[in-house]
Amino acid sequence: MNWKTIKYNRYLYPALYILIIVLFIAIPYITAPYTIILLSSIFMYISLTLSWTLFSGPTGYTSLATAAFFGLGLYMAGILGDSVPLIVAVICGGLISFILAFIIGAITLRLRGIYFTIFTFGLVELIKHLMLWWEINIVGVRGRFVPRADNATVFYILLAILAALLLTTYFLKSSRYGMALSSIGSNEEAAIHIGINVVNLKIITFASSAFFIGLTGTIMATRWSYIDPYIAFDPFYSFLPPLMAIFGGLGNLFGPLLGAAVFSYLQETLITRFPYSYMLIFGLIMVITILYLPNGLIGLYQTIRQRFIGGKHADTSS
Amino acid sequence: MQILQVEGLTKNFGGLAAVSEVDFHVEEGEILGLIGPNGAGKTTTFNLIAGTYEPNSGKILFNGENLAGKKPNVICQKGLARTFQNVKVFPDMDVFQNVLLGAFFGTPEKKSRSQAKSEVEEILDFIGLSDRTDMVAGSMTLVNQKRVEVARALATKPKLLLLDELMAGLNPTEVGESMELVKRIQKKGITVIMIEHVMKAIMNICKRIIVLHHGQKIAEGTPEEISTSKTVIEVYLGE
Repeated sequence: MNWKTIKYNRYLYPALYILIIVLFIAIPYITAPYTIILLSSIFMYISLTLSWTLFSGPTGYTSLATAAFFGLGLYMAGILGDSVPLIVAVICGGLISFILAFIIGAITLRLRGIYFTIFTFGLVELIKHLMLWWEINIVGVRGRFVPRADNATVFYILLAILAALLLTTYFLKSSRYGMALSSIGSNEEAAIHIGINVVNLKIITFASSAFFIGLTGTIMATRWSYIDPYIAFDPFYSFLPPLMAIFGGLGNLFGPLLGAAVFSYLQETLITRFPYSYMLIFGLIMVITILYLPNGLIGLYQTIRQRFIGGKHADTSS
Repeated sequence: MQILQVEGLTKNFGGLAAVSEVDFHVEEGEILGLIGPNGAGKTTTFNLIAGTYEPNSGKILFNGENLAGKKPNVICQKGLARTFQNVKVFPDMDVFQNVLLGAFFGTPEKKSRSQAKSEVEEILDFIGLSDRTDMVAGSMTLVNQKRVEVARALATKPKLLLLDELMAGLNPTEVGESMELVKRIQKKGITVIMIEHVMKAIMNICKRIIVLHHGQKIAEGTPEEISTSKTVIEVYLGE
C-alpha cells in the first residue's frame, strides 16, 4: 500500500469537496428554479445510492430495504407536518430509520447472500402493508398531505445531507473500520477470527446507511406534498440505488456518485422527452452496462486512461 | 503450566457426534500435534476452541477461563488465534492490509495506525514476506497465502496459535521451511497446536501428539509412543 498517496489524498479531496460545496451553495442565487429542482432530484438519487453503497458496497450484503427507510422518512414528514421545524423533522426521519435498521440488522444480519436480500425486500412490503392497515383502520384516511417547503430550503438540506454522507463515506473508507467492512465482504469467517466484531460493525453500518436514507426521505416528502403507503414504499427506490451504483462502478467512492448523477440526469431528461418509453431505454442502458462495462463508468474511465498512459500505472485502484 | 484444558468436549451435528467427550490439555510453550484420519473431528475441535461452533457440552479453559459459547472475535482478543485448513486470506487486499487488520482488531486495546504499521512490518519480516507487502493476497502461491494467514494470526498477538494443516499441499522444500517457521513461532513464546497429515513434520517438531478417531481421543503420547501404538496403526492402516 502506498501511504504517501493516502496522505496526499487526505488533504486534496476535502479541499476539492469544500470548493464544490461553495459552488453549490451559490446555485440558488444564480440559476433558474428548474435547475434547482433538477439538482435536488439528482442529489436525492446520489444520496440514496451512496447510502446504499456505504453498507452494501464493502460487505457484499445486497440490501433491498432502501424503499423501507426512504418511506419511513417520507412518513415522518407526513406525521410531523408543521408541528416542528423542518430540520427537526428531517433528523427525526433519519433517527426512526436508524432505529428500525438497527433492530432489523440485529435480527437478520446473520442471514447471508440471497436470504438477506430477499428478507430486506420483504421488509418493504411488510412496512407498506402495516402502514396501509394503520392508516385505514386507525387514522381513517389512506393518504397524507405534507406541507411544502420552498425549493432553495429543500436544495440546501439535500446538499447538507449529501455533504455529510460524502464525509462519512470518505472517513469510513480511509479508517480501519472501512477496511474491516471490506474484510467482511472478502471473507467473513476470517474477519471474525482475527478479532473483528463483525456483528456490531454490520449492524451499525447498516443503521447509519438507513439514517441517511431516512433524512433524504423526509426532506423529499416536502417536494411531493402528498404521500400514501403505495407512493412512500415504492420498491422502485430499493432497486435504483444498486442499479446506479453498478452503473457507476462499485469499489470506488466516485463510481456510485458518478453513476447516480449520470443515471438520474438521464432519468429526469428521458422522463420528460420520452414519457412512455423511458423505462425501456433505461433497461437497455443497464443491459449494455452489465455486458460491456462490468466495472461501470469508472471502469470505462480507467480503461481509457490506461490506453493513454500506456498502462504504466495499471493499478489505479489503490 | 497448562495454558489450555479441554474437558468432556462434545459436538453433535444432527445425529453425528463429530467430537465426543474429548479431554486433553496443552502445556504453555509446547507444540502439540493433533492427528487422525479424515473426518476424525480435528478441525471441529479447532472450530470449538476458536469459537466458530458452540460445543454441546464440555469446557474449554484458556488460562483458567471457560471459552465455551464465546464469540470468535472475543476469543481472538483473549490471545487465541487460528489459521484455516482451506486458506482464508482477504484475496482483494494486499499482504500488508491483510496483516494490518489482524494488528488493528486482534487485541482489545486500540492502537494508533503507526504502531500497528510497525508491528506489521516486524511480523512480515519475521515470516519472510517483507519483499511482497504490496502483492494482492489472492494472486499469491498457496505457500505464501498460508504465510499471510500465519502472519495475520500472529498480528493478533496470540498466546496460543492453532495451525490447521499448515503443510498440506506444500512441496518438500516448503514443508521444511514451514517446520522451521513453527519452531521459530514457539521460540517467540507462543504455544502451538497443529493439525497435520504430513507425518514427517509432526513427528519432528511435536513433543506430544493426540490422536482422534471418530470424534474420540484414542491415543496420546510422544511421537515414538504414537508411531508404535497398536491402536493408532490399526486406525491408520486397517487391521
